[in-house]
Amino acid sequence: MPADTSIDRVMRTEAAPRKRRWWRRKSDIGALDYARRWWMKLFVGAMFAMLYAPIITLMLFSFNDSRRNIVWKGFTFKYYIKAWNNDGLIEAFANSLTIAVISTVLSTIIGAMVALTLWRFRFPGKPAYEGFMALPIVVPEICMGVAMLVFFARIGWPSGMPWPLNLSSITIAHVAFSFPFVAVVVRARMTGFNRELEEAAKDLGASEWQTFRDVILPFMKPGVVAGALLAFTLSLDDFVITFFTSGPDTVTFPVKVYSMVRFSVTPEVNAASTVLVVITVIATFFAMKFQAPVKGSAD
Amino acid sequence: MTDAIISIRNITKRFGQVVAVDNISFDIPTNEFFALLGPSGCGKTTLLRMISGLENPTEGAIILDGVDTTGIPPNRRPVNMVFQSYAVFPHMNVLENVGYGLKVVGTPKSEIETRARDALQKVQLPELAERMPDQLSGGQRQRVALARALVKEPKVLLLDEPLSALDAKLREQMRLELANLQASVGITFIIVTHDQDEALSMADRIAVMDSGRVSQIATPEELYESPKTRFVADFIGKVNLLDGTVGSAGGKQITINVDGVGQLKVPLEGDAPSGEVAVAIRPEKLKLSSRKPAGDDVKIQGKVVNLAYYGNASHVFLETDSGLPMTANVQNDTRDFEGAIDVGDKTWISWRPDDALVLTE
Repeated sequence: MPADTSIDRVMRTEAAPRKRRWWRRKSDIGALDYARRWWMKLFVGAMFAMLYAPIITLMLFSFNDSRRNIVWKGFTFKYYIKAWNNDGLIEAFANSLTIAVISTVLSTIIGAMVALTLWRFRFPGKPAYEGFMALPIVVPEICMGVAMLVFFARIGWPSGMPWPLNLSSITIAHVAFSFPFVAVVVRARMTGFNRELEEAAKDLGASEWQTFRDVILPFMKPGVVAGALLAFTLSLDDFVITFFTSGPDTVTFPVKVYSMVRFSVTPEVNAASTVLVVITVIATFFAMKFQAPVKGSAD
Repeated sequence: MTDAIISIRNITKRFGQVVAVDNISFDIPTNEFFALLGPSGCGKTTLLRMISGLENPTEGAIILDGVDTTGIPPNRRPVNMVFQSYAVFPHMNVLENVGYGLKVVGTPKSEIETRARDALQKVQLPELAERMPDQLSGGQRQRVALARALVKEPKVLLLDEPLSALDAKLREQMRLELANLQASVGITFIIVTHDQDEALSMADRIAVMDSGRVSQIATPEELYESPKTRFVADFIGKVNLLDGTVGSAGGKQITINVDGVGQLKVPLEGDAPSGEVAVAIRPEKLKLSSRKPAGDDVKIQGKVVNLAYYGNASHVFLETDSGLPMTANVQNDTRDFEGAIDVGDKTWISWRPDDALVLTE
């Protein structure tokens, strides 16, 4: 009789009734089906709880009918109304939105142009340029903030101008750190572009401009929209760089919330923060939606 | 040639140090289905792109319908291209895609619509005008690309590997359709392909290209039956190449000494070569038999080393007694072929002297 091969052994163990441990009972879970294992579910659940519990608590407590805002005292919209009537807060909010809109428009245009340049052309020093362009993404914000402060002080950028010119320094700072994000997103989008589309347009008689308008731009659009929304949320949220570039009369929303918290954490702060979270989430949602690859676009 | 629609004159294209196209000249007459055939990297696509204007030749000129195209950008040349990836614009529907070439030159809207629908009719896609490209199959997208190019009524239509992305059945069908389409629209077609079957079955004439040069320009039949070089013989179909030296030449016959086979008599056309040559015999021209065949045929003994079964035919890999590898193509015209020949069988290999060809290059 031949020696006991491993196949024989496997066959025999398979045939024998196996004593199953309780944690191994679900035998239909594949070897790589981690998502279906109970410990993975637990771990993922815990992760999400850790990440989002504070934010959800913040949102819930914005409806808390209590000044100290430590224990739940009942439901109210009072603090939303109070926040709405807080002129300082509203002014900060208006400042933030103005800065966000202007810096988004500027950084989207600059970022898209940078992305196009990097995608379309070969020129000496391109890798170096690409690296330097992306620096604001990696440079710590605090350094950027200090650098901006020193820069504006050094060149004597005028302050105390009438609104909205007094926001110019913050806006410039925001453009400086958000256009690389736009460039990166648009560039990533363009790598999926089939060069033959451009050639086909030219072959069919389109001029350089017609090709750009009719073929390249429509393909680029989702990337540009996603980049713009990214720039918008970055600008709206930014605290560190804004803090260094803002003056007493140019308080933005995050800076204002920070100063309010220094006195006391009232549900008013929660309400204001909730509004900001909601705006950010909506913008991010659309950014993701536009960034999703268009089916069949590679052809 | 006076009626040449396109005339390639001493075209050379260099990319840095690499010579992609090396001093090519030929003419293509009006209304011809012309194929550029060659292995990848032979320069055929580069040549096509130079005709379209997407690349500029380093040297030489392309004369299109009597006009030197040097310096004319692709958007102002009366040629259109069907791209390998089809390059159907993903954000436009089928009708917009087909009409795009008319729109950019300012054709009135009503005319665009009529002509685009007409072109879709020609490629048999009239019912899909409102579809988006991502709702189309590969074959349908290709038809859109074809219609989009044809609607411009180009003087020459360029096709870059148009069938390579289709599955085998569809490819065969499209070959016929392309040939019919070319005949019905009366436009010169230039097709680039690496697939010899494609070129042989569709084209009126084929230019076989190798490392940037044209090896031979001829009709499909001429290319297959009378290749000029080893490369052409080997690239178009399968061939047995036997190296030898020229022995005696006399009258319409020449004797070649092939190592291990002996003297082979081969018919001679034109001047007698000398020195090292190759004798080429197509696999389907070899006959296999277990008994020594009678008659004047060239006969060698050998054995079967391997068999490849293709259904309608089988490739029989042979080794002569002297150790030369040969391949025979046997039609499976009876159902019991597999039993008839087996690996290891001794066999006589024979062919008619007229079926062999001497290649000097």
